[in-house]
Amino acid sequence: MADPMKIRANAVGDSTEVKVLMNHEMETGQRKDAQGKAIPAWFIQNVTATYNGKTVLDAQWGPAVSKNPFLAFKFKGGAKGEKVTITWTDNRGDKRTDEATIA
Amino acid sequence: MISIRRRAVARAGALALVAVVSVAWGQGSTVDEIAKYRQALQDGNPAELWEARGEDMWKQPRGPRKVSFERCDLGLGPGVVKGAYAELPRYFADADRVMDLETRLVYCMVTQQGYSDADARKSPFGNGNERKSDIEALVAYVTSQSRGVKMNVSLDHPRMKEMYALGENMFYFRGGTHDFACATCHGEDNKRIRLQDLPNLTTREGAQKAYTTWPAYRVSQGELRTFQWRLYDCFRQQRFPELVFTSDASIALTTFLARNANGAAFDAPAIKR
Repeated sequence: MADPMKIRANAVGDSTEVKVLMNHEMETGQRKDAQGKAIPAWFIQNVTATYNGKTVLDAQWGPAVSKNPFLAFKFKGGAKGEKVTITWTDNRGDKRTDEATIA
Repeated sequence: MISIRRRAVARAGALALVAVVSVAWGQGSTVDEIAKYRQALQDGNPAELWEARGEDMWKQPRGPRKVSFERCDLGLGPGVVKGAYAELPRYFADADRVMDLETRLVYCMVTQQGYSDADARKSPFGNGNERKSDIEALVAYVTSQSRGVKMNVSLDHPRMKEMYALGENMFYFRGGTHDFACATCHGEDNKRIRLQDLPNLTTREGAQKAYTTWPAYRVSQGELRTFQWRLYDCFRQQRFPELVFTSDASIALTTFLARNANGAAFDAPAIKR
């Protein structure tokens, strides 16, 4: 299973600022290994963020996103002590969900 | 005849001036841009992922004896991590050896957790998903607990003095196929390798700035790199024989550089291009 994400969520005024670090190789499929064989593509395809059961972010990603990606976004609403959930799914079908409390 | 020559000289002079100005400008702006790039990445430094993995590792029972690192003494008492890195390397009486952090971690893995020496030092440097390095994660966690602490490496112990002197000798020792010393690249201001500025480690500010920003997440490698790795790669670039992980040679150089950074606030794990 993939390593956990690191999520920070802070209430700023009437919105919430979320910063996420994800642990992922993000292979483009363009690179070759030492034997000259192509390294198969392996990257996060979908990222969703939910707050109170409502999706506040739904992103489609491709192989151009860096290894160990960092994502920052804001959404309206959110209060201290409540939770934000982030889920990513990669092109192999692997999934990882982590949660953070809004500070 | 004379006037032509004079004009040629004048023109050459003008050209030289232009060249100097453009080099200086180019260098300044590259440095600024790299600084901006680091600034932009600072907020989401993936080193935090290593810190988190290392913290788990530090607290969980590990190895054949199922013991956590919480009995490992980094110099400030068993399990004390806060500020420990700012005083390393140091002399450890139990091992009768001067040790840096990586060497001490290996020592704890062998003496407390029951790993074989070979297993403990099996993967000092990670390589993506195929070879993750426990050492790099542990180092990320331990060093993160010294952020903001002033470097304070003591040479009071005679063995530390010895190590420092050895490190200093190595720093200035020229050898290898390229007749290089550390000081060849790191002994003058404004030296570069490709586009990267090299710190002048013979000055106080240079040593402080360099030492307090390692370990670091290397964006180009997607890995967190330790100080042992930094020295290992400097040796490779100089075409020196391979620097053996946790060898006395590596500890001596670390002692020399860490001590020269005394007084500066430690500020790592950092992020580098």
